[in-house]
Amino acid sequence: MRTLPALSSLRPRWWRGRSVVIGIPYVWLLVFFLLPFVIVLKISFSEMELVTFKDLITVKDGVLQIALKFSNYVYLTQDDLYFETFLSSLKYAGLTTVFCLFIGYPFAYFMARARATVQPALLMLVMLPFWTSFLLRVYAWKGLLGENGWISDLLIALHVDHLLLAAGLIPSLGKFMNSPFSLNIGMVYSYLPYMVLPLYANLSKMDLRLLEAAADLGATPWVAFWKITVPLSKAGIIAGSMLVFIPCVGEYVIPELLGGPSTLMIGRVLWDEFFGNNDWPTASAVAIALILLILVPLAVFNRYQDRAQEGAR
Amino acid sequence: MTSTPHAPAATPAYLQIEDVVKEFGGYKAVNHVSLEIAKGEIFALLGSSGCGKTTLLRMLAGFETPTSGRIVLNGQDLAGLPPYERPINMMFQSYALFPHLSVWDNIAFGLRRDGLPRDKVAERVETMLKLVQLGKYAKRKPHQLSGGQQQRVALARSLAKRPQLMLLDEPLGALDKKLREQTQIELVNIIEEVGVTCVMVTHDQEEAMTMASRIAVMSEGHILQVGPPGEIYETPATRFVADFIGNVNLMEGVVSADEPDHVVIDCDDCRHYVGHGISGTKGMAVGVAVRPEKITLTREAPANEFNRVRGEVKDIAYFGSFTVYHLALASGAVLKVSQSNVQRHRDDEIAWGDAVWAHWSPTAHVVLTQ
Repeated sequence: MRTLPALSSLRPRWWRGRSVVIGIPYVWLLVFFLLPFVIVLKISFSEMELVTFKDLITVKDGVLQIALKFSNYVYLTQDDLYFETFLSSLKYAGLTTVFCLFIGYPFAYFMARARATVQPALLMLVMLPFWTSFLLRVYAWKGLLGENGWISDLLIALHVDHLLLAAGLIPSLGKFMNSPFSLNIGMVYSYLPYMVLPLYANLSKMDLRLLEAAADLGATPWVAFWKITVPLSKAGIIAGSMLVFIPCVGEYVIPELLGGPSTLMIGRVLWDEFFGNNDWPTASAVAIALILLILVPLAVFNRYQDRAQEGAR
Repeated sequence: MTSTPHAPAATPAYLQIEDVVKEFGGYKAVNHVSLEIAKGEIFALLGSSGCGKTTLLRMLAGFETPTSGRIVLNGQDLAGLPPYERPINMMFQSYALFPHLSVWDNIAFGLRRDGLPRDKVAERVETMLKLVQLGKYAKRKPHQLSGGQQQRVALARSLAKRPQLMLLDEPLGALDKKLREQTQIELVNIIEEVGVTCVMVTHDQEEAMTMASRIAVMSEGHILQVGPPGEIYETPATRFVADFIGNVNLMEGVVSADEPDHVVIDCDDCRHYVGHGISGTKGMAVGVAVRPEKITLTREAPANEFNRVRGEVKDIAYFGSFTVYHLALASGAVLKVSQSNVQRHRDDEIAWGDAVWAHWSPTAHVVLTQ
C-alpha cells in the first residue's frame, strides 16, 4: 500500500514542525543577541561625532570608503587600568569558581548519595534561593557583613578577621564590607547553585558498581574517590566551573553592592564608560574584549564536551 | 560415582561457609547456608533470581556483612575485613570496567593499589593481556571493545592480583548464545590454567553444568542440593531440583511393591518398575521423575507391562539435533519424550495425532520422596 504519499512530503521542505521548533529560538537569538552584538561591534570601531557616530561605510564620489577605527582597542592596551581590571576580574572569577567547586563538590556528592527519597527535597533546597530576587539576596549581605551584622559579629568573635587581614582580604580589623572578602562571599553565595546542579546531575548518574569494583581491586574509599569518582565527574566539574566562571568575569551587581571602590571588576568599568564617561566606542571595545576573553574558555569547554560525548558508551 | 578431574579432595575445605544468615529487614535472603569448597574447584551457585545466590556472593566479596555465621578462607576468618583488604577478586555482572581507563589501566588498577613497582605492574599486565589474547587492544577504552572482549578484560582484571578466591557474577550473562557457548570453554580453560578457586553465580543451568565442578542448587535462601553436575541431573534429591534442572516428566504414585532389589510404583497412567530399592515403605506416596531423553517411542506395544504408557502425539517440537514429542495420556497428563535425530530421514515418521507407545528401562527413574 504505497498509493498515498506520506503527509509530510506534501508540505514544502521548510514547513516542518522541526524547523519551526528550532527556528523560534534562533530568531530570538538573532534579534536579541546577534543584532545588538553587531551594533556594539560597529560602535567599537567608530568615532564619536558630537552625539552620533560616524558611518563606517560611506560612498563619496563613487568611491566606497570603509573607516575602521582601531584606536579604541589600542587605547585598551595602553591604559593599565583596563589590563589590570581584566586581570582582577579573571582573578575574582577564578577564586569564586575554586571556592564554589570546593564547597559544591562535597555538597553535590552527598546529595547524589543520599537516600533516593530525600534527594528531591535536597534538590529543592538548593533551588530555594532562586525564589527570592538575586538583587535582594546580594543586598542582604550588606547587612550581614556590615557593622553589627550577624556574620561580621560572628567572624569577630571567632577572630577570623585577623586571618583575613593577614591575607589582605579586608582593609582593617572588624571591617568586612567593600573588600575582596565581601565580594567573594557574595559571588560564591550567588553562584554556588550553578556549580552544585551540574555536579549533582553528573554524580547521581554514576554507576556505583564501579566503586564496588574499585574496592574489590583493593582501593580504599578515599582512593576510589580520587581514581574513579573524580575522573568520571570531569564533565560535571567543567560544566559547573564554566557556569560559574563565565558570568562571574562580567559580574556587575555584586561588585557594585559588595565590592566597594577598591575591587576592580570589568563589569563596573563597562558601566562607567557607558554611563559615566558616555564614551560608547571605548565601552563597546571593552565589551568586545570581554566577550573574546570569555569565548576562549567556552570554546575549550565545548571541545571537551564533544570529546566526552564521543567517549561515553 | 565417577570422579571428575576437579572433584573435591579429602583435605580440609579451602573455603568454609558456616551457617551463614543474611537478613534484610526481617527477610532472610540467605537462610542458614553451609558450604565447603575445595582448593581449585569451580563451584556454581545455581538458582532463579531472588534465591539469595548473589547475596551470598556479595558476602564473600565483603559488600554485605552476614547477619550471623562465619566465612573462613584458607584458615582466615573474613569477618570484619573490608572488600579492599580481602584476597578475593570478583568479575562483576556486565563487568563494571572503568570507562575512563584503557584496557591496560583497567588491568593495572588492582596491581597499583598494592603498591607494586612500575616494572612489575607492566610485566603482570602484559602476562594477563597475553592470557586473554588482548595484547592488541591494550590502549583501547572499554566502550571500543565488543562484549566478548570486555568480558576478557574483566577476567584479566580480576585475575591480575592472583586472588586466593575468584568470584564470578553471571560471567556470561551479557553475551549472546553462540558466543556464550564458545566462551564457557575458554573461560574454564583460563581459570584452570591459572588454577584459581572460583565461586560463580548463575541462573543458567547450562552454564553451571558446563563450567562448574560442583553445583549448589539454591531456592529461597536455602541450599537444596550440592553435587557434581551429573549427580544433580541424574539423581536430583527433590522434586524442585528435578524440575529446575533440565526437562523432566514428574508423575505422582504410590508404592505397591517394596523389595530390596526393586519397587513397583502405581501411577495414573502406568506402573513403574524401578530396578533398585528405595528408602520407603509400601503404600507410601512418592514422585517419579523420568527425563524425556530416557524414553523411547514405538508403534507396537512393548511386551513388558511395566514402564510403558500409550498416548497420542499432540505436539512435535523440532530442535535440529533432537525432537521433543508431547504425548497426551489417558489421564490428561502430558509426557515429554525426546528422541535424538540420528538419521536425516526416517521411514514411518511419527506424526501429529498418531497413537504411540512410550517405554523406558528400569534404571531410567528417579524416585523422589521429597
